[in-house]
Amino acid sequence: MTEISDAFSHGKALIVFVTCGDPDLETTEDVIRSLAANGVDLIELGIPFSDPTAEGPVIQRANTRALAGGVTTDKIFDMVGRVRKDVSVPMVFMTYANVVFSYGAERFAARCEELGVQGAILPDVPYEEKGDFAPVFEEHGLVLVSMVAPTSSDRISMISSDAKGFIYVVSSLGVTGVRKQITTDVGAITDVIHRSTDVPCAIGFGISSPEQAKAMSVYADGVIVGSAVIRILEEHGRRSAAPVGAFVRSLKDAISNR
Amino acid sequence: MTNPEGRFGIHGGQYIPETLMNAVIDLEKAYNRYKDDPEFQAELTELLNEYAGRPSRLYYAKRMTEDLGGAKVYLKREDLNHTGAHKINNVLGQALLAKRMGKTRLIAETGAGQHGVATATAAALLGMECLVYMGVEDMERQALNVYRMRLLGAEVRGVESGTGTLKDAVSECMREWVSRIDDTHYCLGSVMGPHPFPTIVRDFQAVIGREIKAQMMEKEHRLPDMLIACVGGGSNAIGTFYDFIKDEGVELVGCEAAGRGIDTFETAATINTGRLGIFHGMKSYFCQDEYGQIAPVYSISAGLDYPGVGPEHAWLHDIGRARYVAVTDEEAVQAFEYLSRTEGIIPAIESSHALAYAIKVAPTLAKDKIIVVTVSGRGDKDVAAIARYRGEDIHD
Repeated sequence: MTEISDAFSHGKALIVFVTCGDPDLETTEDVIRSLAANGVDLIELGIPFSDPTAEGPVIQRANTRALAGGVTTDKIFDMVGRVRKDVSVPMVFMTYANVVFSYGAERFAARCEELGVQGAILPDVPYEEKGDFAPVFEEHGLVLVSMVAPTSSDRISMISSDAKGFIYVVSSLGVTGVRKQITTDVGAITDVIHRSTDVPCAIGFGISSPEQAKAMSVYADGVIVGSAVIRILEEHGRRSAAPVGAFVRSLKDAISNR
Repeated sequence: MTNPEGRFGIHGGQYIPETLMNAVIDLEKAYNRYKDDPEFQAELTELLNEYAGRPSRLYYAKRMTEDLGGAKVYLKREDLNHTGAHKINNVLGQALLAKRMGKTRLIAETGAGQHGVATATAAALLGMECLVYMGVEDMERQALNVYRMRLLGAEVRGVESGTGTLKDAVSECMREWVSRIDDTHYCLGSVMGPHPFPTIVRDFQAVIGREIKAQMMEKEHRLPDMLIACVGGGSNAIGTFYDFIKDEGVELVGCEAAGRGIDTFETAATINTGRLGIFHGMKSYFCQDEYGQIAPVYSISAGLDYPGVGPEHAWLHDIGRARYVAVTDEEAVQAFEYLSRTEGIIPAIESSHALAYAIKVAPTLAKDKIIVVTVSGRGDKDVAAIARYRGEDIHD
C-alpha cells in the first residue's frame, strides 16, 4: 500500500500540483501519468473551488476553467479511480474546507480510502479548526496535511508536533503564484520543524524554476510546485502532458543533483 | 453570546490560512485590551458624536403609520450619520483600534460602496493609507461612491474575478491581507469573516440598539414590539438586535434580499435558501450548489448581494430568537418609492428591504403595537439604479 512517507524515502521529494479538470479530466489523467513517469514523488490533486481565496491569478484561472468544464468532486473521484489502476505514486487532494464539508467529511474520507488517496490539504483549515476534519479523516487513514507559514512564529512547534504525513511550509506571504525571489528565512522555519518532529516537510508557494527548487530543497525534505505547472497547462491545454513531463523532469534532476 | 473559540452555537470559527492566524490572534488581544479601556472608549464616543453625528434620531413616521393603519412605525435614522449609513460606527471603532495596534494602512471590501466610503473617510480623518476592493459589477452600479472614495484619498481597485461583486471583493481583501500584514488592518465591513470580526463589528454596531432602547423609553416609556432590519452580512441588523436579544417580548426580524424571488436562482436570501457551509473564514449558512461551490447570488442591492450571512444571525435563526424573511427587488423598490413620497426620506435600497416588510406587517398589527425599522443608509447612491429599474436612463 502506498504511503505519504514513500514520497520522502528516496532523497528530496518533488511534489507537483495540478487542478483536476483543467481543461478537462482526460487531460488531467494524461498529465498525472506524465508526472508519475517523470519522477514526481507525490501528486497534489486540486479539486476546484468557486472562490479559491489562497490562490493567485494563475490557479484561480485554472479553477474557473475546470468548473466551467463541468467538473465535480464525484467526477474527479471517478478519474482518480481510473488512473490509480496504473499509477502508484502517493496522492493528496488539495481543496477548500467547503468542498469537503459539503460532501461530508466522513463520506469524502471513505472515498479517498477506496481510491488510495493518502491525504488532503485544506488551506482554510488552520490548526484550531481541524477538529471538523482530522478525526474523521484518521478513521479512514487519510492525513490532514498541516501548514506552517512565515508568520507562524510561536505556533510552529505546536503545529509540527501534531502533524502527520508531511508538513506544508508556505515559503512566502501572500497567495500561490510564481515569485522571482523567496525572501523568507525558510531555513529558520524548517529548523524549528525538524526539532519538533520527524515528519518530513516540503516547501511550496512561488517555486517555479529548477534553480529555485534546488535552492529550497536544501532547507526541506521536498519542494512543491504548482502555478508554474498550471501555466504550462494554460498554454498547451489538452496537449500539456509532454511539456509538463519535461518541466517536472528538469525540477527532479535539479533537486536530485548532489 | 460568543464562546471562547469565537462560536455562535455551531457557527463562526476561524477558517483562514495559517498565514493569518497570528494576525487575528493579535487583533483579538488588542480588542480585548481596548474594548473596556476608558480612554479608547472616550475617544471613540467623541468621534461618533462630534464627527459622525450620533446619536441618530429615532423618528416617529406619522404619515406612514396613518397610511398603513396598524402598528406605530418608528424609523432609526442611521441614514443621517456622516457618510450616510451605519457603516461609519464600525469603521471608526476599527480604525482607532488599528491605529492603537500601530497599523498605518486600512484595506476594505465594499459592495454598495458605503463601507468603502466610510473606511476611506476614517482613513482620511486619522491619516491612514486606504485601499478598497470593489467588484467591477458594483463599481458600475455605484459609480458615485467610487468617485467619492477616490475624492477621500483612497485607492479603489476593481475586482474582476468570480461574479465581480461583494463576495469577490472580500476574497480579494483576504488575498491582499495575507500578502501584507505588518502595517495593514483588514477593516471588515460586516459581522462576518473569522473570529474576532463578527464580535468586534457587532460590538461597534450595538450602539444602534442601545440608542433605540433609550430613545424608545423616553418617547413611549416601553420597549418596542418588533425590530426590523435588512440583512446582507448583517451588521446593521445585529447592531439593532443585540441589546434586545434578552428582551424576549421584542420580536426580531431580519430581511434578506430575495432578488427575483427565493424560488429562482437569482436570489441572495441566504438563510431562506442556503445551507450550512464554511467560507470566508466562518461556518454559517451559504448559498451553494450540491458540491459546495458558492452560488452566484443576485440582488438589485449591491450591499445585500452576498452568498453568506454572519454567524450570529445563523445562530439566532437556529434558536428561533430572530426570524428572517425574504423581500424581492420589486417589493424593495416599491418601499424605496413609498418612503420617499410618504415621509420625504429617500432610503438606501438595502434599507428598503426592511421597509418593505414593515409596510407588509404594520397593517396586520394592532394600533397599540410599536415597530422600529432601521433605515441603515440613505438612498442618494441608488437613485440612478432605481431610475434604470423603472426604465428611465439618467446619469449619476
